[in-house]
This record gives sequence, C-alpha cells and structure tokens, in this order.
Amino acid sequence: MEVIQLLISGISQGCVYGLIALGFVLIYKATEMVNFAQGDMMMIGAFVAVTFINILEWPFVWGLLATIGVMAVFGILLERLLLRPMIGEPHFAVLMLTIGLGFILRAVAGAIWGNEPRVLHAPYVGEVWRVGGVIIGADNVAIVLGTLFLCGLLFLFFRFTRLGIAMQAASQNQLAAYYVGIPVKRIFSLVWALSAVIAACAGVLTAPVSLIDPLMGFVGIKAFAAAIVGGFGSLPGAILGGLLVGIVEQFAGLYLPPGFSEVSAYVLLLVMLMVRPAGLFATMQQKKV
Amino acid sequence: MTDLLELRNIETYYGPIMAIRGVSMRVQEGQIVSVLGANGAGKTTMLKTICGAMDPQKGTVRYQGREIQARDPDWVARLGIGHVPEGREIFPFLTVDENLRMGAFSRRDGEINRDLELVYTYFPALKNFVKQAAHVLSGGEQQMLAIGRALMLRPQLMLLDEPSLGLSPLLVQEIAEIITRLNKEQHVTVLLVEQNARMALDVGDFGYVMEVGRIVMEDTCERLKNATDIQEFYLGMKDQGVRGRRRWKQRKTWR
Repeated sequence: MEVIQLLISGISQGCVYGLIALGFVLIYKATEMVNFAQGDMMMIGAFVAVTFINILEWPFVWGLLATIGVMAVFGILLERLLLRPMIGEPHFAVLMLTIGLGFILRAVAGAIWGNEPRVLHAPYVGEVWRVGGVIIGADNVAIVLGTLFLCGLLFLFFRFTRLGIAMQAASQNQLAAYYVGIPVKRIFSLVWALSAVIAACAGVLTAPVSLIDPLMGFVGIKAFAAAIVGGFGSLPGAILGGLLVGIVEQFAGLYLPPGFSEVSAYVLLLVMLMVRPAGLFATMQQKKV
Repeated sequence: MTDLLELRNIETYYGPIMAIRGVSMRVQEGQIVSVLGANGAGKTTMLKTICGAMDPQKGTVRYQGREIQARDPDWVARLGIGHVPEGREIFPFLTVDENLRMGAFSRRDGEINRDLELVYTYFPALKNFVKQAAHVLSGGEQQMLAIGRALMLRPQLMLLDEPSLGLSPLLVQEIAEIITRLNKEQHVTVLLVEQNARMALDVGDFGYVMEVGRIVMEDTCERLKNATDIQEFYLGMKDQGVRGRRRWKQRKTWR
C-alpha cells in the first residue's frame, strides 16, 4: 500500500517536473538556448493565476485561460526584448542572461505579490478519494490528467498542424527553414510563448499541492536534471525524465536517511550521465552524411 | 528580355575577410545562368548574399527592379526566390511529404496538393518515401527532395548551389535534365552555381566565371565552352599547340 501511495505522489510531482522540463527542451530544441528562468516562469504563471482567481475572484477555468493568455504574451515579450538581441552571441552570454532573468523575476514577484506563501483557490482542493486503503487527492489526479491532456495537445500540434511542423523544421535546420520562407524569428517568439504557457500550466497544476511563493521556481533545477535524464532534446524524454525524478525522490524520502530526497534528482542525473550519457531518449543529432 | 535579378558591385565579408570583391551580374527572365569557379571563389557566398543569409557591405541586389539586399532570407523567399542550398539541407526528421509541404509554407492558395503531384512527376523516386523520414534518403534522393522543396514555393527564380555535389555521373546527368525541363516547362529562371563545369556549361544559356571573389569571364555558355582557358582549367582538355607548350606554364590564374 505504502509503495502505491508513494508512486502516486511521485507521479504527480514528476508530472510537474516533466512539464517544466518540457519547457526547457522546447526552447533548447528550437533556439539552442537553455532558459534557466523556466522554473521562475512557472512561478510567475502561478502568481498570475492567483491574481485572477484569488484576488479578482474569477471562476477557475476563466482564470486559467486568462493566465495562459497573459503568459503567452509574456513569453513573446521576453523573446522580443531580451533574447532576440542575443542571437549570434556566445551561449554563455545567453545562459547568464536567463539566470539573471530568474533573479529579476523572483525579485519582481516578491515586490508585487509579497513573499508569504499563498494557496491557489482551485475548486477541487481538499477533495480526497480512498481506494482500498490508498488515499488519492483530487489535486494529484488533476496534475496527472492535466499533464496528459497537455501532452496530447502538444502531440497533435507538432504532428498535424502546419505551424507545429514548421517549428520542428526550424529546430532541425534553421537555415533551410529560412530558405523555404518560414519566418524563423516569429517561430522563435511562438516557441517562447508555448513554453511560457506550459510553465504556467505547471504552475497552476502544482499550486494546490505546493505553496506559491517567489522561490518556488527553484524546482526548475530539478526539472533541468529531469530534462537531461530524458535526453535533452526529446519531448517524451522530458516527461519521462520528470516522472523518474519525481518517483525516485519520493522513494528516497522514505527509504533513505533524511536529506537524500533533496539530492536524489542530482544523484539520478549523475548515474544517468555515467551509464547513458545521451539520456533515455537520445536523439540522433548528426546532420549531413 | 528583362533582368529578373541584377547584382551591382556586391562586396561581402566574412568578418575581416572579403569574400566577394565587387561582383556585378544579371540574370534575364527565362534563362539558365551558370556560375563556374573553383573552391573558395565565392560562389556560395554570392548566393547567400542574394537570398539574404548574408548581408553585403556594399552594392545592391535587385529582384524585379526592387532592392532586396540585407533583408531576412524568409522575406526574400516569399518574393518567389527558391534556394536549393549546398549540401541539400533537408529537414532530416520530417517526412518527405512534410519536407515538401514546408516548401510551400508561405503559400496560402489551394493548389499546394496539385504542385505536390507535380513534384512527384518530376521526381518519381521520392514517391516511394512519402511517409518516411527524409534522413533515410540517399544523397541523390535528398538532392531531388531539396529541389522539389524549392519548387513548392512556385519560384520564379531558383538558386541552385552545387546540385551535382557528391552525386554519381549518371545522377548528375539526371539532375541536369531536370533543371532544363523545369526551365522549359515551368518557366523557372535558374541561377546555377557549379564546380562541375561540363554540366554547368551544357545546361546554361549564359555563364560567369568567378575567381577569388571576382568575375573574370562572362559570355554565352556556347562560347565559354570553346574558350581555351575554360577548356584547359575547367574542362581538363590539354592545349594542342604547335610547339606542344602547356599553357599553365604561362599563367595559371587571373589573380
């Protein structure tokens, strides 16, 4: 019973890691930049949701949709104002920029919404089902279902829509995408919007389980580990890596001495780098023959 | 006939290195224009300058009378300039079908499926791989895919960068035939950059010879084929002079 209970909370926590990892991977695949502010974008998304749902008292669904809209615009603005001027600069400069961006976002969030933890008023919070001795919280179910739904949407988007295929094209061969007339810069903006939206969804989904405060974005580091475990550059890998990190973390918390749960994600990362450095879903990256 | 494309005194740099040293050339509508030259002559750089992937320091590129230099390549593509880059540059993990459809990304008309069929009639070999990822294709098939993808733009002008690169002589001939057919049947004007001088001169109407960033010769392909310099340096024929003296002893380049 205990094992199943841990598995459930591990999976739901892992879904959140997976969603943030997805944001990392999306941006990396398309633009070859690593956005270390991904976790903080999740935090901003959660606070925006708090603003709409708690403070303005909008119905949950409307608040969620409004949050998605706001975060999409936020992602586009970030790309336009901060990242686009960095095209052609060394990777290290971009990396420092996104780390700095994380600091700024945390400070700004603290200034606007305060540093006390908040709880998002989701309609399903507190609901609990008991199935044969196992306690399943509705918030956990919501995370898993929400993640599944989002992954399904993303799959359909990348597989069947013109824009989704163009995003893949731009990430596979940027120059060729330019040559066939794909507006690559606009595509990059949209990729940032997409990953900001995914981050916001992760924030809203995790909000009822963990408290919202300006420092919640630090789970982004664990999600980064998850992305690497999954093989940085693979979307299913990001989700799977997230699940793995989430589950391992829960079990480490119970069976290992205190403190191991916190570092388990990085231990997993180290083991993965030693055993299978390319990650679970290594994508073929060789171009040309 | 009018000039579809006109380059005037183009100078392009790679950092401090001057790759194009003042090139002027014109491509008339309906023509196939070939550009010959050895490695490092600046042929690819010139195409990149035309399509906007590189910006010239000086000079103008006019397409249909309109200045297009220093614009983004996707903007240039939408004017109807299809670019088949060196080394094919397909989208490796998209299917053949998706690759071709991406070629028509900027088009909104309803005739994309019709043009898809057209591409398959020109390149029946691609039809066997419609739903397969493009990286499984052979070099020749990838080249065909790249040309087909550019064709999906319904280009008025097609820039072809070394389509013969790495292909067997038989395939080179096939590609050459297709270029001629596209020019005749689809009225695509072609700017062909080649190291394979024989193919370039057979296919082309007009030819330019580039060396170290400059144009050193220009004439109809017919006359270029008979020029002694070209025969010797690009077609590998030896001079049959009375005294049997090899001309390369006199002068090897025009540098």
